[in-house]
Amino acid sequence: MASHDTAAPPSKGGAAPGRPAPGQPSEAEQRRRARLSRRWQRDIKWSPYAFVSPFFLLFLAFGLFPLVYTGWASLHQVELTAPTDMKWVGLRNYTRIFDDDFFWNAAKNTLTIGIISTVPQLLMALGIAHILNYRLRASTFYRVVILAPYATSIAAAALVFVLLFGHDYGMINWGLDLVGLGPVDWQNDKWSSQIAVSTIIIWRWTGYNALIYLAAMQAIPNDLYESAALDGASRWQQFIHVTLPSLRPTILFTVVVSTIGASQVFGEPLLFDPNTGASGGGEHQYQTLGLYLYEQGWVNQHLGRASAIAWTMFLILIVIGIVNYVISRRLRSSSGS
Amino acid sequence: MTTTLPKPAPEETAPKRTRRRLSKSGRAGGQLHGGPIAYIVLGLFTFGSLGPLVWSAIAASRDTNRLAQTPPPFWFGSNLFKNLDKAWTDANLGKAFLNTTIVAGISSITIVILSTIAGFAFAKLRFRGRGALMLIVVGTMMVPPQLSIIPLYMMVAELEWTDQLQSVILPSLVSAFGVFFMRQYLIQALPDELIEAARVDGASSWRVLWHVVFPAARPAMAVLGMLTFVQSWNDFLWPFLVLTQTGNPTVQVALAGLGRGYTPDQSLIMAGAFLGTVPLLIVFALFGKQIVGGIMQGAVKG
Repeated sequence: MASHDTAAPPSKGGAAPGRPAPGQPSEAEQRRRARLSRRWQRDIKWSPYAFVSPFFLLFLAFGLFPLVYTGWASLHQVELTAPTDMKWVGLRNYTRIFDDDFFWNAAKNTLTIGIISTVPQLLMALGIAHILNYRLRASTFYRVVILAPYATSIAAAALVFVLLFGHDYGMINWGLDLVGLGPVDWQNDKWSSQIAVSTIIIWRWTGYNALIYLAAMQAIPNDLYESAALDGASRWQQFIHVTLPSLRPTILFTVVVSTIGASQVFGEPLLFDPNTGASGGGEHQYQTLGLYLYEQGWVNQHLGRASAIAWTMFLILIVIGIVNYVISRRLRSSSGS
Repeated sequence: MTTTLPKPAPEETAPKRTRRRLSKSGRAGGQLHGGPIAYIVLGLFTFGSLGPLVWSAIAASRDTNRLAQTPPPFWFGSNLFKNLDKAWTDANLGKAFLNTTIVAGISSITIVILSTIAGFAFAKLRFRGRGALMLIVVGTMMVPPQLSIIPLYMMVAELEWTDQLQSVILPSLVSAFGVFFMRQYLIQALPDELIEAARVDGASSWRVLWHVVFPAARPAMAVLGMLTFVQSWNDFLWPFLVLTQTGNPTVQVALAGLGRGYTPDQSLIMAGAFLGTVPLLIVFALFGKQIVGGIMQGAVKG
């Protein structure tokens, strides 16, 4: 708990009169009080807006305005070389990208990378949170350790994993060779490269999600477990019937956050093969929508088309959000009945 | 010798402590002791988490030729300082560290202050439109950054701010997460009576903010500051677009440039990756407990 040793001192112009006024306060005194009271009212009424306004002003300038402007730009032909020179083209940017095989390829890759990074990540996070919820020696140590990858940047993590996934001298192929499996071409095969890119994401985020689950687990009242134990539920049954249902809102929250994150994957595939960069591998085998946007906007210099991709990503996210909302409503109503 | 003496004591007190915990604890699971399997799994996760980091340090201490051999090196070599020194100059890391410190410092301080003020208003003050505005704050957390980079880039290009730090700093001065985080904290950490008492004493809203809210929010401000610093330090997409890799990079942009050469020097790259991570690992070693607590606290009420 925070200590509150700094009580506010009475202000100079406070409502309490400086000297005890015998009998009726003078007219001037009354006016002064009325003025103070008006100022007081104004303060109460308007200061909340003053307190939240910096956030909203900055958000308007750097969040909302760009959001809308991206939509506007997506209806124009705009080149990186002359960004102010905009030519109205209607929906042509959208039809162009929808006709582009690389767009659908990128959409598919984003989906598959999203699934193979999010599902194992959240399952492992759930498992490790369950273990951390036991009474353990040095439990704080383990919490800090599993969060350490979160402190590592995308760039540093990608560089390290590129080396670990190296074809000839990489640590991982060396390990596979040791257990009798042949070397895997982590950079050039479709599935193996997507798994490798997902591994970087999983490595960075599992600990973070585990801590969020752990926090939710610790908020589950003990009575639930006790009554389940009285009914003869085993540890595993308690986990399935008490822990998981109580975690449902938290799980949903992490699914939404991870989905949003997965839809924007950019740095990991960009840095996974320094020579192919924006194309996401020689065959575009792990090019995500984020990379495709970057390639269209900054490599091919079509900012209008890049804007159309950005808005398409946004619409996809909204659809995902609605689906999530509907599923959670369903889950809630089915558990209530 | 001396170690044998105090040994029986913990064994005697341990069961007692467990029993006391059992009866008092309102927490689930926390009272159950983890068995050997728990420690084995945790050991594996510890290895998985730290392994790549330790290995990058090992690779950074080796000669590149040694990295192109099987088996890969498992222990430190003698080239660490040579490689660090070379990475430092080759990737312009000195400038990059300075830049990143400036960017992360300014944006964390601003975010912490603005979030505390706005979070306080949302947590404790009544005003029309509070619910709707809070909904907007939460909603903005879902908007992907890709949606704003194109106009921002146009703006930066128009103002000729390319390669200048303010183009990175300005868009990073707000954080919806920060507002949300401070609001959650202040709802429970700041008693209404305290504000009322200050009000009765005639304190204006700004006085309440300064003398009541900021002191009460200090622990959460510290955690939010560290979280934003980590995030800002690691930010990649936007700095990568507006800063060049050799001119005026942040650490992440410089690192991205390191891997790009035609004949990349692997131990050099690992030295750079290691250097870029070390400051944050130090922060974690010192304040890891608080950061963990902060993330968990933000999660429960979320």
